[in-house]
This record gives sequence, C-alpha cells and structure tokens, in this order.
Amino acid sequence: MDSEPILAFQGVTKRFGTLVANDDISLSLRPGEVLALLGENGAGKTTLMNILFGHYQADEGAVLVDGKELPAGSTLAAIQAGIGMVHQHFTLAENLTVLENITLGTESLLAWRQDIRSSRKKLDAMMQDYGLSVDPDALVSSLSVGERQRVEILKALYRDARILILDEPTAVLTPQEASRLFSTLKSITTRGLAVIFISHKLHEILEISTRVAVLRRGAIVGQLDTADANREQLAQMMVGRTVSRPKLSPIEPGTPVLQIENLTSEGMGATALKQLNLTVYAHQIVGIAGVAGNGQGTLADILSGLNSSFTGSLLINDAAYCTGDPRAIVASGVGRIPEDRHARGMVVDMEIWENLMSEDIRSPAMSKHEILINSKAALRRAEQQIDQFDVRCEGPMAETRLLSGGNMQKLILARALARDPAFILANQPVRGLDEGAIAHVQGQLLEARQRGAAILLISEDLDELMSLTDKMAVMSNGKLSAVFDSQQHSAAEIGLMMASGGHFEATTGQDSGTGELRGH
Amino acid sequence: MVIEPRQSVSILHAGLAPIWAILVSMIICAALINWAGAPVFEAYGLLVKGAFGSAFAIKETLTRSIPLIFTGLAVSVAFRAKFYNIGAEGQLYAGALAATFFGTGLVTMPAPLMIPFLVIVGALAGGALLIVPVLLKTHLKVDEVVTTLLLNFVVLLMVSYLIEGPWKDPMSLGWPQAASIIDEGVLPTLMAKGRLHLGLIIALIMAVLVWLMMRYTVQGYEIRAVGHNAKAAEFSGVRVNRTVIMTAMISGGLAGMAGVSETAGLKGYLTLDLSPGFGYTGIAVAMLAQLNPLAVIPAAVFLSAVYVGSDAMSRAVNIPTYIADVLVGVSVLAVLCSVMFSQYRIRWSK
Repeated sequence: MDSEPILAFQGVTKRFGTLVANDDISLSLRPGEVLALLGENGAGKTTLMNILFGHYQADEGAVLVDGKELPAGSTLAAIQAGIGMVHQHFTLAENLTVLENITLGTESLLAWRQDIRSSRKKLDAMMQDYGLSVDPDALVSSLSVGERQRVEILKALYRDARILILDEPTAVLTPQEASRLFSTLKSITTRGLAVIFISHKLHEILEISTRVAVLRRGAIVGQLDTADANREQLAQMMVGRTVSRPKLSPIEPGTPVLQIENLTSEGMGATALKQLNLTVYAHQIVGIAGVAGNGQGTLADILSGLNSSFTGSLLINDAAYCTGDPRAIVASGVGRIPEDRHARGMVVDMEIWENLMSEDIRSPAMSKHEILINSKAALRRAEQQIDQFDVRCEGPMAETRLLSGGNMQKLILARALARDPAFILANQPVRGLDEGAIAHVQGQLLEARQRGAAILLISEDLDELMSLTDKMAVMSNGKLSAVFDSQQHSAAEIGLMMASGGHFEATTGQDSGTGELRGH
Repeated sequence: MVIEPRQSVSILHAGLAPIWAILVSMIICAALINWAGAPVFEAYGLLVKGAFGSAFAIKETLTRSIPLIFTGLAVSVAFRAKFYNIGAEGQLYAGALAATFFGTGLVTMPAPLMIPFLVIVGALAGGALLIVPVLLKTHLKVDEVVTTLLLNFVVLLMVSYLIEGPWKDPMSLGWPQAASIIDEGVLPTLMAKGRLHLGLIIALIMAVLVWLMMRYTVQGYEIRAVGHNAKAAEFSGVRVNRTVIMTAMISGGLAGMAGVSETAGLKGYLTLDLSPGFGYTGIAVAMLAQLNPLAVIPAAVFLSAVYVGSDAMSRAVNIPTYIADVLVGVSVLAVLCSVMFSQYRIRWSK
C-alpha cells in the first residue's frame, strides 16, 4: 500500500465510567481499501464509529482525515469531511420518495426552490457509476430491505462521501442480497473510496475485506491482510480463546408434541400467516429460517399466547393449545424465549428474583393462595437458577437492568426451562450475544432436546440454524415451506427460498449462478 | 453541554433527592420572600413555628396531613402502574357524597360498625368514579389524564347542585351545606383538645397496608410489573387490563376515604370547600415520596406543614399565603429535577 491514508485514528480512548470502551486505538485506512472491523458485541466497534461520526467525543487521541484533525463531537464536520455512515437500523423517512430522502438536508434552508432536475441528474449518474439501481420516485415505504440499504448507501455517496461505514450491513439481508451488496462495495472501492465494514460474521469478512482489524474489550488485538487470514485464527483473536459451539448429536425423534394445521392469521401483508402446517417431535429442534418481517413474529406471538386472532388448529401433546393466554400456555408445558429481551423478556427495572418468578408467581410454591408472595422460596429458587445457568450477577436481589445481554438471556432461559417444558419456542435466542453466551444458550437448548423437549427455533442466522437444527423450514411472505433435513440444502439454496416466497425449485440446484455464500 | 446517564445510581443520591429538592425550593422562595420585603430568616422561622411551634400547631399540621396521606397514597398506587389518575379531587368528593348519603340518617349502627361502614362506602364510591375512565383506557385507549381530570369538575358541580338543592340542610341558616353526619358516624378526636381525629390512624394503617401490598403480594407485584413494562408483564402471564382496573379501584378507594375522613372527621358535614385541592396536592405528595407508600406520610406532613405554617407566617410578616403554593410547586419541580440528576449527570464542555 503506497497511498497516503485517507483516515487515521491516533490513540483514541473512550471511557464510560470505569468501562474502557476504546483503549488507545490506532488504525489507518487507505483509499480503495475495505477494512473490516471484527469483534464481538460490546468489543467497542460501534463506539469507535460513533466517535468518528461525532456522536461521542474521545477522551484521548484524535481522528485525522486527509492528515487534518477532525473536530470532535460534530456530525456535520464528519459529513463535510466525507464520511458517510450506513446504520444497522435505517434512517429513512418512509413517507418520502427515494430522491427526496437522498437530497434531504443537502439543500440550503434559504433556497427559493429545490433544484430537483440537477439532483436527479446527479443521482442517475451515481446509480450508473456504482451499479446501484433504485427507482428515484418510489416511496421508501414500498421498498424492500435490500433496496432501502441501497438508498442509504446512495444517500452517503450523494453527500460526496469518500469513506463509507457500514454497521452490520448484512444482518437484515438474504444471502443473495448480501452478495449483491458485496459487488456494490467492490465497485465503490475501485473508484478510490474507502469502506469500513463492521461485522462479527467471519465468512463475510473473509469474502469482502482487504484488511481486518480485530477488536476485543475495546482494544485492537491484531491487524492483518485478509489474504493472510483464516477463519479459525480470526475467531480465536476475536474471542480470545477457542470457543466451540455445541453440536447436534443424532437422536431418534419421539412422539409429535407441537402440531400446527392450516394456521392462518388475520391481517394483511407479509406478516399475516397463510395456511401453515408444521409438526415438531420430541427430541427434535426444528428451525424456521427467513428474513425478518415475513410472519415469524406473528407465529411467535400466537405460540406465546399474545395473539389469538387466527384460524386453524394448534395442538400441544394432543391437547388444544391455550391460545391468547400466556399464563395457561406456560402452565400447559410451554417454555418461551421472546425475541426482544428488554421489551418482552424481562421487566428490567425489577430485581432478578422477581423476574425469575414472573411466570409462575401464582403457583402454590411461589405464593400462598395467589395472594402472599413466598419470597423465601422464590429467592432460594432464584439462587439455584443463577448458579445452574451461570448468570454473572451480584445475587438474586440485583436489579435486572445491570445485567449484560448474555446474562439476561440466561435468566430468560432459566425461567423458560424451569418447569421442564415439553415444547420450547426460541425466537432469536442468541441474537446480540457474545460467543461464550451463545455456546451456553445453545448448549442449554441441546440439553433440553436430549431430555425430550420439542423445540422450534426461529432465527435469521442460517449458520446457527444449519448447525443447531434437525429439520428446517423457510418462512417467506407469511408462508412456510415444507420441512426438510437441515443438511439437505446449502445456504445459497435456502437463501433462494427465503427470497422466492418459500417455493423451492429443485432445478436451481447446487450450482446456480448465485454461488456459495457461506463456507460451512 | 451534554447529559449523560450515570453508570450507577447510588442509594444516597436517590434517597436524598427529596431533601435536596426541599432545600433548593427554600432557597428559591427565599428570593421571593425577600422581594416581598420581609426578612427571610424570620419568615422561615415563623413558618416552622406556625407548623410545629406548639402542641396546637402540631395537631393542626397533622390534621391537615390526613387527607394528603390518603390522596398521596391514591396517586402513588396509580402512578406505579402508570395509570395517571389526576382525579383524586373528584374521588375525594365522591367519598364525601357517599358518607353524606349513608351517614346522615339513612343507616344507623353503633359507632364501631358505623365508622368502618362509612369508610367502606366512601372507598367504593371513590373507586366507582374511576370505573368509566379506566374502562375507557383499557378498552379504547382513551387517555386517563383527560377523563379523570375533567371528572373532577363534573363531581364538583354535582356536589354543588346537591348541597344547594335536594341535600341542603334546612337547619343551616341558608348556607350551602348538607346535613350533619349522625353522631355514631363521626370520627372521634384523638385528644381532648384540638381537631386531630381518628382519620389519622386510618390513614397510617392504609399507608402500611398499601406498602405491604406493593411489596409482599401478588397484586402489588403485578401492579409494579405493569407499570415498569406492560408488554413484558403480559408476556409472563399478568392480565394487564385486569391489573390496571384493580389499581384504579384501589386508587379511587383511597381518595374516597379522604372524603369520608374530611366529612365525618373534620367538618361533620359536606360543603363545597371541603377540599382546598387535596386531590391535586396528593400528586405533589406522591411525587415528593417518589411513589413509596411509607414515604407518603412524611411527604404529606411536610406539605401540610408548609400550608399551615405559611398561614401563620403570612399573618405575621404580611406575605400572601400563596407563598405556600409556590413553595410546594417549586419543591415538586425540584424533586423531579433531582430524580433526573440522580440518574443523569451534566457534562460541560466546549
């Protein structure tokens, strides 16, 4: 690399109280590079990018763009210096068109009128240049997730960004959309722009980046050219030790536990369920793959007892499912792991033991005549659960909000598994967790399978599904594909099903032009 | 200037917040007193003396705190479940109406039965007044702040109509007031001299009961869970709507008791000036107490002392009694700010 760095971090340190989120980070980025920032959740990737983008101020150190120091704490200065950020959660106005979203904020407030024609010309030229095609007059609300991401990228490029930051860009994409994103990034970098790609998915980093910087606990633990890197080495640098995720051991499925027939929910659009059929047997984990927002949430709500507006039949152990009543569902032997730990899973302002007893507080063990709480018994059980599930906390009386995501998820798991449920609904159980916690959660699910539980695992992570499930089905547009063996299809094939409404055509076969996206 | 969340909230910060708030409000009001041309220290001295300076003053302060304990409890229970009951004033009058309806001769029982009977019907009336607002909230998502607040005026006009018309006491020499509560229903005074009555004991018992309920019962647990995070509560099996309705009944009931206590304890009969805004001051009490039922007691005594003491102060140094309202208002604002500062801190930078 002979060119001058376009961007340099020099000894950037950021502390939050006693926590050092970024510890003396020095990094540089050259034009034409894709620098991958790899690290677990909480390793400090996002903090670093927030410093670059002016959301936070560094306690020490400086950020240089083209050798000049970037004024700290100013987003405007960052944009003017040519930094563009594509956030994980899009920041688009749904009720405006693509063109309006892209030009939003670039025109002077005092301008007499917008110069739409020249904006359109500039946008057209950019789309041609980078091979990013979106209809400029379409409303953002009508766009797919992949298209919205393209709009975000165009928005950054329109502001003459020379450094593009993408924060976990593939989290919401199908494998096909992801590969399209990667080719876009390649065409961007050949024009001399630089890209920072934040991810914790190793295979993506190996595919797209030219250089990798690994962050762990706020510090850079290594930088290397991607050409010299391999998966195992990166994983170990990221985690700091070798963590092996648990593996499925073969086991004969038992009797049917969950039987869903012709499940159709009310409502319109992609989240309404259409004629679902599914059976999950004892000793079996069935995975549901699909891009978020294709009906998984509706199915999870019905199985959790939060939604009872549907037709069709739901049986658990041959008895009718107690829909619309979470209390009765729990009592009938269902354990539930909700998608959103903070919003649904835990009342974070209450104490740990109070959250652990929330599902069975009215049982004779936890309260006398459903009136007086038996706090002694509840505290004792909470202590056991904290021990058994290795929750790192000060004790059962600690406030739940103080726990990390992983520890909070362990609590939810402890609560869901407390009464040895026959059926477990696990909705995104490891999202946002670090490797250690992922291994723990997955291990617990596998143990439950060993004990004879039937488990339905909803996830957007194909790797997780393919390694952890016996059978899989793909959900798309509210429809569920037929169940297949998890080893039967490649990730690329499953990705095609995710995109094509759950209809899998055998003719697209292994060697379809989409290519293998994931090594496994 | 940046506002950042604190990493940890020390108990010292959280617990001392109201004390700081009171000090801050006293400093701000000192400026006002000074502006009004009175000596600040003497004025505050008179205020304290007026509230606690003699046995009579103390009894008067405690008497005035009784309705504030009830309404403060009513508000803190409701706010815990995020049910924003602004209608304690109306529920107080509903309780007073019930006490008047049953207590002026319709029912006669010996005092040990009559008094609990009046307290219960008053509580039921206070709760009943909240039925419509709470059902509108749970079933149609109508904002309870608006409905409970506006019901206050409906009830007040109803009281006005009744004591000017059908319920007007013919023996009252033309004053708009209802007939007196029969002797069996009157809350006895606690001491030979002064107006301090049995209502204080009932209020204290209720504070302890509410505290026990919130802390040790399934009902209290569910109220807290719904208030902190209704979605998570629903997920884990709490019947959210039912809990909100129960909360409203408890809250309305406590405010209704304030009406009984004022009618059957202090005045002996219902008038239109039974409450000089005890229902609204109850909100200030609950905020000062940070919704803790036991802390409601000192908060109510404090606010009552401000009102009683400022009467004495204004007479002596010629400051309008409205200074009491300012002091109360500023201290509630200061509490809200100090609660925020116990969780966030300000960082000054260029």
